[in-house]
Amino acid sequence: MGLYKYRIYIPIKIRSLRYTIQHQQNIIHTFQFQSSLSSLFTILFFPPIITMCTLEKRGDLFLLTLTGDGEHRFHPDTIATILSLLAQAKSQSKRGSVLITTAHGKFFSNGFDLAWAQTAGSKTGAANRLHQMVESFKPVVSALLDLPMPTIAALNGHAAAAGLILALSHDYVFMRKDRGVLYMSEVDIGLSMPEYFSALVRAKVGTSAARRELLLSGKKIRGEEAVGLGIVDTAAYDSAEGVVEASVRLGEKLAAKKWSGEVYASIRKSLYPELCGILGIEARVFAIPKL
Amino acid sequence: MCTLEKRGDLFLLTLTGDDEHRFHPDTIASVLSLLEQAKSQSTKGSVLITTGHGKFFSNGFDLAWAQSAGAGAIQRMHQMVKSFKPVIAALLDLPMPTIAALNGHAAASGLMFALSHDYVFMRKDRGVLYMSEVDIGLPLPDYFSGLVVAKVGSGIARRELLLSGKKLKGEEAVALGIVDSAAHDSAEGVVEATMSLGESLAAKKWNGEVYASIRKSLYPELCRMLNLTGNNLATNNL
Repeated sequence: MGLYKYRIYIPIKIRSLRYTIQHQQNIIHTFQFQSSLSSLFTILFFPPIITMCTLEKRGDLFLLTLTGDGEHRFHPDTIATILSLLAQAKSQSKRGSVLITTAHGKFFSNGFDLAWAQTAGSKTGAANRLHQMVESFKPVVSALLDLPMPTIAALNGHAAAAGLILALSHDYVFMRKDRGVLYMSEVDIGLSMPEYFSALVRAKVGTSAARRELLLSGKKIRGEEAVGLGIVDTAAYDSAEGVVEASVRLGEKLAAKKWSGEVYASIRKSLYPELCGILGIEARVFAIPKL
Repeated sequence: MCTLEKRGDLFLLTLTGDDEHRFHPDTIASVLSLLEQAKSQSTKGSVLITTGHGKFFSNGFDLAWAQSAGAGAIQRMHQMVKSFKPVIAALLDLPMPTIAALNGHAAASGLMFALSHDYVFMRKDRGVLYMSEVDIGLPLPDYFSGLVVAKVGSGIARRELLLSGKKLKGEEAVALGIVDSAAHDSAEGVVEATMSLGESLAAKKWNGEVYASIRKSLYPELCRMLNLTGNNLATNNL
């Protein structure tokens, strides 16, 4: 994979950030965000890769994969595709269905496509595009909360910002022990948090110390620490394949319960009344029990 | 059924008999009445300990009674769910510290009953916590989820409790932060430990109204669901 450099001028006042990611062939990619008040927006980059995704069925398990080797950033098209695939899984769901979400390469997802926002060519244009992605991503979180089956995020690599929110919207989160970090970059970039992001973190992460480490520290949290903070379930595997295999094993165990997906989703949503309120989804569903 | 005894400062509420102590409307009415009795007799230093006889603390609502109605089963379920709400409210409102001493299994509304206490002690060797609803296909009453959200802190623990169909043993329940202790290898051991805790709490001679008010202030959403008002202005002893 070639070396490419981004130089992006963001019109809001932020401090300089150098974020370095080690590439698999030891080529260092340096992303430099610099503030510029006299903002002319110059962007030099190779044609943007828009992440795509696939949905496969393996027995009871639905496997949603963010394909390709890039950062799997959420461009509006990516978001639309994910939404459509989740709708597909929902429509094909039955007792015992389970969803596993994973990705290829070094990243699970590095968040929204900020580069696309910048190509709007103006301050307000960029802000509008960012706002568009924030709003259009809300239904993805809703769809996952609403999905009538257990959901497992199998993190092959880094999950940052909206990418981490996608992971956290699942019932179970597995990550690697050796590689990959969780990173809420907003405090570093100077982006305030959408309300539903904070509500999701509050709903899922129990202690205020853990919430602070996640949202207010700018830390890149590795597997072991993420488990210690109660953010992910396990970080026991030394490869992406290991994580996926473990998720499949858990998925099969859950599938064997043959639960009613409607009831499962109803109980799940009842755990997050505040978040459901913000997303505008109905928390209560009534089903006939098999007494 | 159930009995209420007084032992010094301690009220002991016991679910008697060797059965599953399922919550039938009559049981629910008895428990409610005994809680009201404890409330009316409370003084500074009162403490409530709730326990059961036999293998079960309580296995939840009397589903068999519901099913015996045939087409009226859902109606009977709703009746039990509705009539049980005041029991939870009464415990949250009780003007004294409350301790659940789990002699055995606590499932569904039986577990909700336990969790409505300030302290929960269970056995190390026997007895599980089990929210059966996901397995049976029963959606949860809103105040059940409200109670779990109020009392169980981590998202992972809440999921393990409500969405896994797991039967949680003592050690795991402590690790998940659902119960306080699972250190004793017998029902007697658990009851003794709770009495000892009860006595040390009683010695504080706390004002029960203030205690209840502070307790309710920890669970505003749950109190709203249960129609409990939080604030009780009492004279403090500054």
